[in-house]
Amino acid sequence: MENLIPANVFCANHNIEISFISSLQETGLINITYIEEAGYIPESQLQQLEKIVRLYYELDINLEGIETITHLLQRVNLLQEEITVLKNRLRLYEAI
Amino acid sequence: MFIDYYKILGLSKSATQQDIKNAYRKLARKYHPDLNPNDKDAKTNFQQINEANEVLSDPEKRKKYDQYGKDWQHAEEFEKAGQHRGQSASSDGQRFSGAQNDREFSDFFESMFGSFEGAGRRSQIKYRGEDYHAELHLNLLDAYETHKQTLTVNGKKIRISIPAGIENGQTIKIPGHGGQGINGGPNGDLYIAFSIANHPKFKRLGNNLYTTADLDLYTAVLGGDITLDTLNGKVKLKVEPETQNGSKIKLKNKGFPVYKNKGQFGDLYITYEIKIPTNLTKKQKELFSELSKSQS
Repeated sequence: MENLIPANVFCANHNIEISFISSLQETGLINITYIEEAGYIPESQLQQLEKIVRLYYELDINLEGIETITHLLQRVNLLQEEITVLKNRLRLYEAI
Repeated sequence: MFIDYYKILGLSKSATQQDIKNAYRKLARKYHPDLNPNDKDAKTNFQQINEANEVLSDPEKRKKYDQYGKDWQHAEEFEKAGQHRGQSASSDGQRFSGAQNDREFSDFFESMFGSFEGAGRRSQIKYRGEDYHAELHLNLLDAYETHKQTLTVNGKKIRISIPAGIENGQTIKIPGHGGQGINGGPNGDLYIAFSIANHPKFKRLGNNLYTTADLDLYTAVLGGDITLDTLNGKVKLKVEPETQNGSKIKLKNKGFPVYKNKGQFGDLYITYEIKIPTNLTKKQKELFSELSKSQS
């Protein structure tokens, strides 16, 4: 079970247009659940959505830019995880 | 300590409001925490440029800063002199979130301007609190069993359960234990990164453990039983005759617990190190000599 936040409530709280949420859904940056034509944001997406709102409204980064940043940040995370695994391996060989 | 806000934004004292806005926007894009996850330096830089913008984008604050900045300890006099002018204007500048916590302003700022009271077009928006990042050091035995531990994060005590099998460098999220939300927003999360020290005897790689076992020459040649320490007790092993130095054996399910998979364990790999006897007696030397001759 996952909590769903009505998209219109999120928009009212953040002073943003509902069309912005729809654009994010179209670009695949977030997934919205529709129940009887009303859009809901899964709680698990809230953090990502708030980040996107900050990037868009505060740093004036357009959706294409946000898509690129999101992709690159995912790559950074993967690389950081890989570095951790490699460091662990290195520790093993250095200790022998 | 005096902070040179112009220097932080890379501007001269004659900078216009537009120059300040442009410099701030450029630096905010570079150092915004959303774009620099887990980068403490970027976060510090972002807080500094936020603070610099807070002062320089507000004409009243900028005037006070320009006049008293280097002599900030006498700024109170300015306050008294300026009381008749009424309340100071609120900032026209935009302040980015991500560093929205009041406590993130420097002592210098607080001394000159008091606590930050919120400014900018988005000040009534609910913001999620800041995420906290902490590091927890464990030894290998701590990570071997699920256990509870009490941590103090920003003055608050938090009791967490650490599942067996946690990896060095792994991070776990404790939802809602980060910074307090702004304007009624939800609290941030606490991220705990684990640093697990190497064990003097056991090396860990994933869920497998690696160790060495000393074997005397006679047991290696003739075979026999040895007792070996594992992380959860002793095991008795049968050594095959003519065991070679450096040969390895695997003890299934005697390795490290698999994270969040109760009852599952990795394997333990043992490398035999055969010890050549020293301080031989005359008789022993003769026997080895005889043995040597029998080989040729």
